[in-house]
Amino acid sequence: MSEPDTIQSTNAIPEPPVEHAHAHPAFQHHFDDMEQQFEASHLGMWVFLVTEVMFFGGLFAAYTIYRTLYSAAFADTSRHMDVILGGMNTAVLIGSSLTMALAVHAAQTNARRRLPWFLIGTIALGSVFLVVKAFEYTHKWHEHLVPGLHFQYEGPYAAQAQILFSFYFIMTGMHALHMIIGIGLLTYLIVKARRLAYSSEYFTPVEMVGLYWHFVDIVWIFLFPLLYLIGQHNLGGGHS
Amino acid sequence: MTHVVPKSTYYMVFAALLTLTAVTVGVTYIHMGRFNLIVALLIAITKASLVVLFFMNVKNSSPLTKLFVVAGLFWMGLLVVLTFSDYVSRGWLAVPQSWSSEHKTPNVLR
Repeated sequence: MSEPDTIQSTNAIPEPPVEHAHAHPAFQHHFDDMEQQFEASHLGMWVFLVTEVMFFGGLFAAYTIYRTLYSAAFADTSRHMDVILGGMNTAVLIGSSLTMALAVHAAQTNARRRLPWFLIGTIALGSVFLVVKAFEYTHKWHEHLVPGLHFQYEGPYAAQAQILFSFYFIMTGMHALHMIIGIGLLTYLIVKARRLAYSSEYFTPVEMVGLYWHFVDIVWIFLFPLLYLIGQHNLGGGHS
Repeated sequence: MTHVVPKSTYYMVFAALLTLTAVTVGVTYIHMGRFNLIVALLIAITKASLVVLFFMNVKNSSPLTKLFVVAGLFWMGLLVVLTFSDYVSRGWLAVPQSWSSEHKTPNVLR
């Protein structure tokens, strides 16, 4: 009761813990310390990512059902997928995940000069991916492979192939939309990073955008084999 | 505050992911029947695990974060397994002959 260093009045603003006495400008008072604040954001981001897993998971489940139903037709469509471009884009996206991871590392280690450059590198690689994707879409348009719009497909699988290409455009389209949103978030990070907003003490936004970017990478890691590769081994055969 | 992963780990994971991408493309042109799909998915799952564990640093995350990740994957498993059990038990999906006594042709195909 008479200890002088305990807080006497509930109206008084409690002092932050000793080791965090130099309260960071980004520190919000309802958290105990910066670490607890970071953990809360981290967990919240993962909850969001789990909802994203469910979103893409529904698409993957629907794709798998139709692929099981029409496996021969789906395998046949593989000849319209450009494995070289798809594989190159996979490598580009993995590279962008590396630069993103290095950006988080730069923020964690106070490499404030390098941080914006890793973020710019991530945007550059993400943009390469999107440009290649745009070329692929254009090519599919010229080949009359866009469902519903003067769709033409030779062979016995025209109707089923239209289902596959609907999945192709919806799944890669949603993936590309996520990347465009990611590039927007990265642009915001660059502006803040150039104002030296992030340090080893506070890099939560860099880490959160990093988690998001890696998640988008994972979606493509599954899309690439499922859409581009399956059926390549028996082109012309038609059975799988 | 949080565990800083050394850069060398990121470079090694990057190299592993590129190698696995090359492997999955190469394996595609080897005719293995249904194993083509299984191998492709196993490689994709391995790549995704590398990204989750190292790039997303779940390896060094709190137990609570790990629980959320596992719960998400479990829920994703429910989504796929229950959907498929529904389709298969209605005879809407072709299953190996020994599994089903009737519905040789899936109804949806008619």
